Amino acid sequence: MTRPSTVSEMRRGDPATDPPATGPGTARLRGRQPRPGRGRVLAVFLAPALALFVLLVLAPIVVAGYASLYKWNGFGLPENFIGLDNYTRAFADPTFRGDLRRGLVLVVLSLVVQLPAALALAMLLNQPLRGRAVYRLIFFAPYVLSEVTTAVLFTLVFSPNRGLGEGVAKWLGADAGTIFADPDTVLFAVFLVVSWKYFGLYMMLFLAARQGIPKELSEAAVTDGATAWQAFRHVTLPLLGPTIRISVFLSVIGTIQLFDMVWVLTGGGPIHSSETLAVTMYQYGFRRFEVGYASAISIIMFLLSLVFALLYQRVVLRRDTAGAITTQGGQR
Amino acid sequence: MTMHVSRRTLLGLAGAGAGAYLLSACSGDGESSDPTAPQTINWWHIQNTEPMLPVWAAMANEYKTAHSNVTITIQPLENEAFKAKLTTATQAGDPPDLFQSWGGGVLKQQVDAGLVKDLTDDLKDLVAGILPAAMQPYTIDGKIYGIPFDIGMVGFWYNKDLFTRAGITETPSTWAALLDAVRKLKTAGITPVALAGKDKWPAHFYWSYLAMRIGGVGALQKAVDDKNFDTPDLVAAGERLKELVDLQPFQKGFLGAEYGSPDGQAATMGNGGAAMELMGQWAPAVQGSSSTSKKGIGDKLGFFPFPAVDGGKGSVTEVFGGGNGFAVGKDAPAATIEFLKFLLTAENQKRSAQTGAVLPTVKDATSAIPDANGKAVAETLAKNTGFQLYLDQAYAPALGQQINDSVAEIIAGKKQPAAILKDITQVAKTA
Repeated sequence: MTRPSTVSEMRRGDPATDPPATGPGTARLRGRQPRPGRGRVLAVFLAPALALFVLLVLAPIVVAGYASLYKWNGFGLPENFIGLDNYTRAFADPTFRGDLRRGLVLVVLSLVVQLPAALALAMLLNQPLRGRAVYRLIFFAPYVLSEVTTAVLFTLVFSPNRGLGEGVAKWLGADAGTIFADPDTVLFAVFLVVSWKYFGLYMMLFLAARQGIPKELSEAAVTDGATAWQAFRHVTLPLLGPTIRISVFLSVIGTIQLFDMVWVLTGGGPIHSSETLAVTMYQYGFRRFEVGYASAISIIMFLLSLVFALLYQRVVLRRDTAGAITTQGGQR
Repeated sequence: MTMHVSRRTLLGLAGAGAGAYLLSACSGDGESSDPTAPQTINWWHIQNTEPMLPVWAAMANEYKTAHSNVTITIQPLENEAFKAKLTTATQAGDPPDLFQSWGGGVLKQQVDAGLVKDLTDDLKDLVAGILPAAMQPYTIDGKIYGIPFDIGMVGFWYNKDLFTRAGITETPSTWAALLDAVRKLKTAGITPVALAGKDKWPAHFYWSYLAMRIGGVGALQKAVDDKNFDTPDLVAAGERLKELVDLQPFQKGFLGAEYGSPDGQAATMGNGGAAMELMGQWAPAVQGSSSTSKKGIGDKLGFFPFPAVDGGKGSVTEVFGGGNGFAVGKDAPAATIEFLKFLLTAENQKRSAQTGAVLPTVKDATSAIPDANGKAVAETLAKNTGFQLYLDQAYAPALGQQINDSVAEIIAGKKQPAAILKDITQVAKTA
């Protein structure tokens, strides 16, 4: 589910743009000794980006880590050192624990519902269909809207007494007007909106990957007597592997960071039923002025993302990113 | 060692110097104590819509015309946007020169951090002409840190036609009578109460008023002083609120409703979709502007104070409310105080009052309130025998937000009153 953090991550795992990663040839190239003077050039080119990165990314992380050890309302300098109390408090806080549970629900939903739906649609739109480009455009269009615009739009659609959703639901014999107001359904309603916005992106990724697979491969399989399903299952799907794996990655990281959409749609309510880690952090930092505690929550979010990213890259993306991160020199 | 200075280095140095100068100029305009020196007042207010937006702008222009050395930069902000923006500005130690304040616990935090000016000596004469109840939230440890331009209170706004249709002949004066009215309205097929559950603060009015009526006006202050909300009176307030919630009096989808949105609490009232709401003095104006007709329900709208609770220590004449005011930032230029005085002259308060969006705090201006509803609120306020500021303003933010969150749990029917008062007490002890 949700957005890619950087463009480069999006492109990685795309068979069309990926260099053929592993092979004896690349290993030999990598093993070449750097030319003298290369270090200086590297330093010059690296310095501006590195300075910005340290100033705008690393320093705030360090400051947040420091603030998370204090009971601090954000005014003046933190003075009341309380060690790891903010962290123990978080893991005893029902809202925070609820955030973890809800995050997990959203991740599972997007892996089980959103990505397969996007994949199915991508396969469908790869078929020679009349008006195929129009469909592709329509399904991709929601991704172009900003999160806030999307959220405001759906607030209107599911407005309890005069929304479009209510009208449609009545026509279907159901009652949709309160799905954002009912603590039991609100999380699914949020998931619906998030999916609406992001499944187009994944559809496009899958479509691009599908088009990178030579037609001859499925044709050969069919010639050998494979059914359409078998050709998909044993030829297309494995070749889509890198894209699927990176989509899962983006989806999970996006879910951990989910904020704007929830904030505008529900504010995390009713009674915390749609609250995410980022919303809880905002509530404590900017509503309750408990900046120390909010910093602790943000550090936990950061660690969750970091640990997941490292593990996932090491274990799942090992083959896709070989040479970029997980191998040194010629070792595999 | 000789130093070779290229032209480019020199230019770079000059640029850095200019940058540093500009940076220091950003924060340094408040150093002058001379009100006649050229200066800029940076003013943040939250009257970002008609009718007050143009009134403030006109007053600022008049002041600028009369004082050519003063420039006034106005930033009208939406309520929530203002809070977020002020938070970052104050945390950076750089508050605006003149800004919206509700007084109470939030102002106290700003005072403790040394971000706002002590106005006690400069504005003695002005304060003498202001309603004492209005000054209370801005008086901290006997000193004055802000000036209210608006004062109001919360009470029930009701639709006279819908009450008549349900056979309710007089406005409820006790909690039991109110519950009875709710039952009658439900029987008549009318939504009794409009409530914005998503915003939380409208619901905290109910519990706070019940706490005042049951425990007396001092109960809420005593609770925060003792750091103990787990008292029989405050639990009873939760139980009474639960009685109301159990009747299911609210409009459809109320837990997701906002106060001012096109399908929210005010619009539901303004479109005649519910019989009453518990809201502050601004209710008629917002009902009008968010209703489909843009006019609200006009003279069908009536006002009655929050009813008494049988056996309670509080009386109907004790009010729950608050107002809007301005605080002055620590680095504000000298003219800021003069400008603040100008905004609060009796004549300018009358102009504000005539819009119907402001209930004036200057005693001499109360005659200018244009409509009957505003007058009814002002009269109730003038006769008050006790005053309690909105809890999310009176208390420190962590506690105020916890009360909003906890009351929301009663409203959603998800937690028992006794349990939520334990939650609130826990925050009161640690925050």
